[in-house]
Amino acid sequence: MESSAEQNIVNIEINDISLQVEPGQMLIEVADANGVAIPRFCYHKKLSTSANCRMCLVEVEKAPKMLPACATQVMNGMKVWTKSPKAIAAQKSVMEFLLINHPLDCPVCDQGGECDLQDIAMGYGGDQTRYQERRRIVKDKDYGALVSTEMSRCIHCTRCVRFGEEVGGIAEIGGTGRGDHMEIGTYVQKSLSSELSGNIIDLCPVGALLSKPFLYSARAWELQSYLSIAPHDAVGSNIKIQTRNGKIMRVVPADNEEVNESWISDRDRFSYLGANESRVTSPMVRNSSGNLVETNWQAALDTVIKSFTEIIATDGGSAVGAIASPSSSVEEFYLLQKFMRGLGSNNIDFRLQQQDFSAGAEQSAPKLELSLQEIETQNSIFIIGSDIQREQPLLSHRVRKATLAGAVVSTINPKTIEFNFAISTSVKTDKLTPALAGVAKELLSRGLGGDLNLEQLLTDGAVNIAVEAEHKEIADSLVNGENSMVLLGALAYRDQNQSRIYSLATAISKMSNSSLNIVTEGANALGGVLAGAVPYHSAGKVEVSECGVDVAEMISNPPKGVVLFGVEADKDLAGDDSAIDSLGSGFVVAITPFMDRLTYEHADVVLPLAGFGESSGTFVNAEGRWQSFSGAVKPLGEARPGWKILRVLGSSAELQGFELDSSEQVLNEVKALCDVTADKSEPEISNWSAPTDLGNIEAEMVKPIPLYEVDAVVRRSAPLQEQAKKLTGGVDDV
Amino acid sequence: MSMISDSARSDIENWVDKYPAEEKQSAVMAALRIVQDENSGSLTTELMNEVATLLEMPEIAVYEVATFYSMYELKLVGRHKICVCTNISCMLNNSKAVVDKLEDKLGVKLGETTADGEFTLKEVECLGACVNAPVVQVGENYYEHLNPAINPDKIDQLLAELRGES
Repeated sequence: MESSAEQNIVNIEINDISLQVEPGQMLIEVADANGVAIPRFCYHKKLSTSANCRMCLVEVEKAPKMLPACATQVMNGMKVWTKSPKAIAAQKSVMEFLLINHPLDCPVCDQGGECDLQDIAMGYGGDQTRYQERRRIVKDKDYGALVSTEMSRCIHCTRCVRFGEEVGGIAEIGGTGRGDHMEIGTYVQKSLSSELSGNIIDLCPVGALLSKPFLYSARAWELQSYLSIAPHDAVGSNIKIQTRNGKIMRVVPADNEEVNESWISDRDRFSYLGANESRVTSPMVRNSSGNLVETNWQAALDTVIKSFTEIIATDGGSAVGAIASPSSSVEEFYLLQKFMRGLGSNNIDFRLQQQDFSAGAEQSAPKLELSLQEIETQNSIFIIGSDIQREQPLLSHRVRKATLAGAVVSTINPKTIEFNFAISTSVKTDKLTPALAGVAKELLSRGLGGDLNLEQLLTDGAVNIAVEAEHKEIADSLVNGENSMVLLGALAYRDQNQSRIYSLATAISKMSNSSLNIVTEGANALGGVLAGAVPYHSAGKVEVSECGVDVAEMISNPPKGVVLFGVEADKDLAGDDSAIDSLGSGFVVAITPFMDRLTYEHADVVLPLAGFGESSGTFVNAEGRWQSFSGAVKPLGEARPGWKILRVLGSSAELQGFELDSSEQVLNEVKALCDVTADKSEPEISNWSAPTDLGNIEAEMVKPIPLYEVDAVVRRSAPLQEQAKKLTGGVDDV
Repeated sequence: MSMISDSARSDIENWVDKYPAEEKQSAVMAALRIVQDENSGSLTTELMNEVATLLEMPEIAVYEVATFYSMYELKLVGRHKICVCTNISCMLNNSKAVVDKLEDKLGVKLGETTADGEFTLKEVECLGACVNAPVVQVGENYYEHLNPAINPDKIDQLLAELRGES
């Protein structure tokens, strides 16, 4: 093998420095990897090569003309000069050419200070123009509420065009016209419909595409950058929260090849605009005449402890409960369950939209068996009950990449759901269980059942399961795929028949030797299970003596005292208004950043919780990757980080183990309980056994939650709401 | 409802058949020409969208092609589109006078259409008939040796002939 390894090395020289590189690479990749600066506009490591800006021209020995480094493959013995007189002359000419029509409006351009054109003109351009003719003016486009345009600044690098085709999965932007009349645009007036559209703002090397909400509000060099984790889906996209004078000004992606590559979804990018809408800024207590009045922290906490102590004294610990947001941090989940369990209650839950909880501890936590990167290498992907493109945009992007590499995708979904990747077999149905059982039965009939004991369930049982042609196709693709995966999404998880669907999906994955991947809503559902914020076990999966009640039970049969943690009850919870209102019948403690209807009408104590970017914490993404972040700005008003509020609540109730000084300390305590190595939770092996019946086989699938309705922050972001309206033509729920 | 007739569709299918099955979009130029001919010489966004659907390609990709090539018309044109070559050979043979005379006779400038919708005057690049310069193209026909200084009546005859067809 060693000789072939040697053959796989190419010797080249760049600027008289010898390099040994892999064949097939482009010169610009080699230069980047070895710290040789080559200017470029159109080349981007995540997009295809178009070689149309010509900025990366370099001199190559024996080549009569300068060659573009982005489109020239390394060859053995190649000698390259990036700073020779010829290369410099070529770069200078290209720079002059690109600047012919570019307006000199840097002082009023948002890109100023982080502009490739500005920087490269400085480094490679001349100091004055020879151009006397008129500059061309290009009409601006209306791309909707998120992306602003200034098309006269465009240098036609086509990064945004290629992004649409290659990453966004929907070609909407193109280059129309030709020569001097060429324009980048959509030709017909339309808002960009990709849920990743904001990335073209970062890709644009000039100030042609800018963030509309951020427009004219700050300069790049005034901003402080804080690494954080996006809190709207289970991907755990790495983001930079950029602030000025203690205020969040914008959110941009942070590169992480293993998680979000270079991208973030529009939801992650523009949600910050909702972070300060209708905030609760000081503790409040409901007075004798029924109005919420502001008070101090001590008084509010005393009221909570007094009431909870009274309730527990008369009705026992199980008379109190807590409902948390699935996007709470690990630290918050952990302390909240510790608080509740300290009070003698196992009534804690965050699975806000789930309806069927019968599986309890027998079900494994919602977790991907594969890493996000491994999804790209699958040959067969079976998506069950998931609007994955809207639920987890960047996980969906990995699925799409797999399809572009030839993977076969099959789905069982409601018929309204469409994806930006090719689907080979699509079962469109309102009822998940029969279709899933059909696939399972088909696999069973091929003798793949092993010792799973599925016969009684699928063939001999009372229910006759029909195996359709599509079910056979799905079975084929899973069995034939060398790497195949089953992906169970939020719609499956929210189904009335969730436990049976989970069982069937597990059976299918076992029979077809596929990985079982589960991803649900919220940024930290897996963290919630690991930190013990579920009624059936405490942190580290320590079984509890008596299982508490789940969220649905808490809604239908409200506890006498309830803590709502980061939950906007009337929007986040499943159930109609009267059901939600009944939750307010007891003593309600709302620990929340936002004032919402239930809090306003029913909460007895309101404790202001730190909002987006305001506190440190940790999310465990769907892969089981523990990602911690720090606060970027101070909490608004008297709001406090959740872990601090819960710590003080615990101490005030004189419970043990709340003497914690930092969120790191809390985290270390959880990690020790969860046996986390290298910030990654290993995939768990669930002790699975075949269910005895198929449950409510006629259960109708729930509706997907619209893209920009997933949580309280997103719902408050005006630009996202405006974009949603533009894209659906003002009609909700198409 | 489709705006492309069945015969045009089968024409397009003939072109699609010339290319590999997965390269349907290769037929886009032919398809655009066929639907343009059928729609009195110009394209509409709706027609382009239909071509996109037919050839399974993004709409924007059709717009890119239609806007790139000068022989696709994106605005309404007259019944006769008179394409005057002003490229080097024709220019040397007095194409300026051809343009002036046509503009004068029709009462429109280059790129415009007469009020009665009969004629559109268009400036084009080399038509490849340099030996017979100056040249204009109308429909599928070339009209040559049009220099008014040499053949003073030829342009009038051409217009009369075209009007006669109306």
